[in-house]
Amino acid sequence: MSSFWIMLTGALVAGACSLVGCFLVLRKLAMIGDAISHSVLPGIVIAFLIGGSRDSLAMLLGASVVGLVTVFFIQWFQQKGVSSDASIGVVFTALFSVGVVLISLYTRQIDLDLDCVLYGEIAYVPWDTLHLAGMNVGPKAVWGVGFAFLLNAAVIAAFYKQFKLCSFDPGMAAAVGVPVTLFHYVLMGLVSVTTVASFESVGAILVVGMLVIPPATAYLLTDRLSRMILYSLLIGGVCSVLGYVFAYATDASIAGCMTSVAGALFALAFLFSPKHGVVWRRWKRRRMALSQTADA
Amino acid sequence: MSGWWNALADPNTQWIMLGSMLLGLCSGVIGSFAYLRKQSLMGDVLSHAALPGVCIAFMLTGTKSLWQFLIGAAIAGILATFGIGWITRHSRIKQDAALAIVLTVFFGAGIALLTQIQHNGNGNQSGLDKFLFGQAAAMVPTDVRAVAVVTIVLVGLCALLFKEFKLVSFDPGFARGLGYPVVFLEQLLMFLAVVTVVAGIQAVGVVLMASLLITPAVSARYWSDKLNVMVALAGTFGAVSGLIGTMISAGGNHLPTGPLSVLSATALFLVSVLFAPRRGMLSVALARLAARNRIKRETAATWVERKEEAV
Repeated sequence: MSSFWIMLTGALVAGACSLVGCFLVLRKLAMIGDAISHSVLPGIVIAFLIGGSRDSLAMLLGASVVGLVTVFFIQWFQQKGVSSDASIGVVFTALFSVGVVLISLYTRQIDLDLDCVLYGEIAYVPWDTLHLAGMNVGPKAVWGVGFAFLLNAAVIAAFYKQFKLCSFDPGMAAAVGVPVTLFHYVLMGLVSVTTVASFESVGAILVVGMLVIPPATAYLLTDRLSRMILYSLLIGGVCSVLGYVFAYATDASIAGCMTSVAGALFALAFLFSPKHGVVWRRWKRRRMALSQTADA
Repeated sequence: MSGWWNALADPNTQWIMLGSMLLGLCSGVIGSFAYLRKQSLMGDVLSHAALPGVCIAFMLTGTKSLWQFLIGAAIAGILATFGIGWITRHSRIKQDAALAIVLTVFFGAGIALLTQIQHNGNGNQSGLDKFLFGQAAAMVPTDVRAVAVVTIVLVGLCALLFKEFKLVSFDPGFARGLGYPVVFLEQLLMFLAVVTVVAGIQAVGVVLMASLLITPAVSARYWSDKLNVMVALAGTFGAVSGLIGTMISAGGNHLPTGPLSVLSATALFLVSVLFAPRRGMLSVALARLAARNRIKRETAATWVERKEEAV
């Protein structure tokens, strides 16, 4: 049963992340997940200092607020002429440092260390269960991540057309009256909530990986946005199951294995994708050259 | 105040200060080129990508030697830069996604290896992850000497190849047209970034190394449009951040040096955003105000003229 819960959590994380990740990859904002997962540290520490306990909900709230602040600062510096990757880097490293300094200021009184907030371990998911009216209704993480997944699915389904237009042609979107900035912040809010809801239970690296790798793999396989989202959901599920199997076989970190499997799938698509794969393209080129020389 | 001077007089603190300053200097210099080539987050990627290299070095030798770790980290970093180059050159994946993919896959593989080591461990593996999270306070004279050598080589190379690096950063297509080995020069820049990251990572940690490569360069960009001025300024900003970070840390409240250096760099960045000539927010606002006043004056003057003509 615990294997099932771990795989389900992994698949839900992958699903929630790839739903928003597709838009991040298309809008060239792939590193934003990495930034948010680091920059929420001061939010977690402050929530802890105010609340005085490691209550997940307060931490989640603090982290989400700081996640949105991160996005706001990144956007603001970008408008002031800093290139987007540099403003991501400046903001998240500064906020992370604030978090580390806060931790070392108060580290004597509290038991909160970097390992437990940034490097959640998916292997412990099945044992942290939620009880409703005395009944065991499954692991907490499944509910948290499942909520993020449903939220993303609902928002993206409701505003699919707007998100699509904003990703491919923001100028056109603005011209036909779509509030581009609003949708940017909605997307970033979803990324922030997804990242925060997932990384406490599965670890930052799995979240950042799943935000980018399945969508990028799907991007190599198709030219249609709807199919890209569908493929990346499937790829995420496959990563979760295969990653768990590998981790079980080799007794290694589950999140690490899931990310590695995702990397391997990306490499396969990179080499053998029918349309954009390196090998096929080279083969087609050679065949074309051969047929031309044969004609001549 | 006297506590500060006492702390600064401590030779240990002096070494740390020298190390942090040199590290800030060379990451500022190499970071400027990375910023112009829109590869600011390269430092973040490279410092995460070091993990599998360190783990494999440990698995192969079974001992914890600094030099093996450095070599492992450097090899992993170079492979990571090749990976990023391949992905962006041979597919339609953009640079940001390529960076994120390489970062997570390398770090994920590293974590898988790390847990593998820990589970089959011989008790000797503890502290392997500490290599990545860094402690400037643990810098010893040999580390500082290594950083000094790296700084001299790196600054020397950047001075020698300044023209080439400049061309590759601003207009790689033109550079290729002129017959420069663009791919080689790009890889060389990435290699220098790898060396900087590897030299600094075990002193200041993953995230803070990323920051040293980005923040001073972005701040310097605010002050000048000339590359040579910008590179020099970025190096200075990096060194000053290291200096201030060490001084506050030595002030006695046991705060870690690395994050304080980053926060000093961020403070310099904010000062640049606000007060830099021409680009800073203050001077932009002043220029706008002056323009508005001039237009008001001119409209008033034409209005008066017209009135006079009418009379």
